[in-house]
Amino acid sequence: MSAETVLIGTRKGAWTLTIAATRKAWSLNGPLNLGSVVYHYVADPRQPGHQMMSIGGGHLGPSIMRSHDDGKSWEEAAYPPAFAPGSARTVDHVFWLTPGHASEPEVWYAGTSPQGLFRSTDGGMHWQEVEGLNNHPAFGDWRGGDKDGTPDGPKLHSIIVDPGNGQHLIIGMSSGGIFESHDGGDSWVPLNRGVATDFFPPKEDGSEYEFGHDPHCVAMHPLASHRLYHQNHCGMYRLDRDRGDIWQRIGNNLPAQVGDIGFPVVLHPQDPDTLWVFPMDGSGLWPRTSPDGKPAVYCSRDGGLSWQRQDTGFPRQQAWWTVKRQCMAVDARTPTGVYLGTTNGQLWGSFDEGETWEGLAMDLPQIYSVEVVSRT
Amino acid sequence: MIRVIIPSQLESYTQGVRELVIEASACPDLQQLTLALDDLYPGIRFRFVDEHGNIRRHIAVFVGETMVRTLDTPLHGHERVQIVGALSGG
Repeated sequence: MSAETVLIGTRKGAWTLTIAATRKAWSLNGPLNLGSVVYHYVADPRQPGHQMMSIGGGHLGPSIMRSHDDGKSWEEAAYPPAFAPGSARTVDHVFWLTPGHASEPEVWYAGTSPQGLFRSTDGGMHWQEVEGLNNHPAFGDWRGGDKDGTPDGPKLHSIIVDPGNGQHLIIGMSSGGIFESHDGGDSWVPLNRGVATDFFPPKEDGSEYEFGHDPHCVAMHPLASHRLYHQNHCGMYRLDRDRGDIWQRIGNNLPAQVGDIGFPVVLHPQDPDTLWVFPMDGSGLWPRTSPDGKPAVYCSRDGGLSWQRQDTGFPRQQAWWTVKRQCMAVDARTPTGVYLGTTNGQLWGSFDEGETWEGLAMDLPQIYSVEVVSRT
Repeated sequence: MIRVIIPSQLESYTQGVRELVIEASACPDLQQLTLALDDLYPGIRFRFVDEHGNIRRHIAVFVGETMVRTLDTPLHGHERVQIVGALSGG
């Protein structure tokens, strides 16, 4: 009996990897939607068997597929995310998908490139703009211009629905920064204090920029919603809402030769102080590879005060891949399984919380997203 | 009658049909033709025409031998309309 299924979105389609309960055997299945860019492939924790996938890229425009039978059959959205008539913007791709609050089983959120937030209230068949954000008077300033986006387009990502309060939403924009809403998306405020903006000149009055930051990935601990982490273009951060709203740069505690630039951050499902990151080379020309060609995960068990290098099983040298922001995930087992997908199409897994790593699938296309569905 | 040629990238919407004929009287221009196609094959239009009615960047549409970029292109009822995945799309 399989215990976990890893959902893998890639630049050329989607695959699944089923892992036996013994964690000694696994098998790769697919492809689904071969030839489509699958930006995000996620499961619905509220309704077992429900999955959703963002497809697009290449010649065709974006769309969303959903399945209610664990991916055996798929149905396309009747009205995928699209900006309203009169908007100067066009949805290039749907970059991020997040299920809504447990109390709203048919609600989903989608983040697009260029930045836009969309909501579906019918399980993903029809999507509407979250106007409180997309039409906010300051939204144009928050998201910046074309030069302020990532190389493959500016993105809205890391859509977080607070498990304790479905009206509390947090999003990240690259660029733009982190923003939150306490009224289900009707109004929004920035949440970027303490975060560096090395790509802006310092303000003459010494104050901080309120927005325009570049968060790469934001995470809220599922059991402690006051504890947030975020991997930024300018470092790795932690925020304890019960102590204030100023982010602390815990990446300063990573080795200087490795640095604290990266894309993903994932959290231990039970312990808010345990997290994993995958640093990449953000120096010089920003190659975005493993630092020095030596890939390694870094794990902290004290909320980022100290870090342990975890690279047993990875190539020791000349491995120049990295891990994108949706491409790291954890399962619900004990010990926690940690998984990552690489830019050169490899899926790696660790069944001992990162101590040792095994290659689970080595010849996939460039991996865009990794998520784990646990079966109990 | 207007002959419409479907590219391989869109054949999943047409169940593999690559060429079809659409009644000309319902399609005085390309805009109406794309809407008629979407009636036949729901969802197909949004994959090659964006939310503002523009032909997507990596799709080319030919009326006869002429590549057109806008959907207000008139049709006269006897054309061959070919939708193509452009080379730029990879």
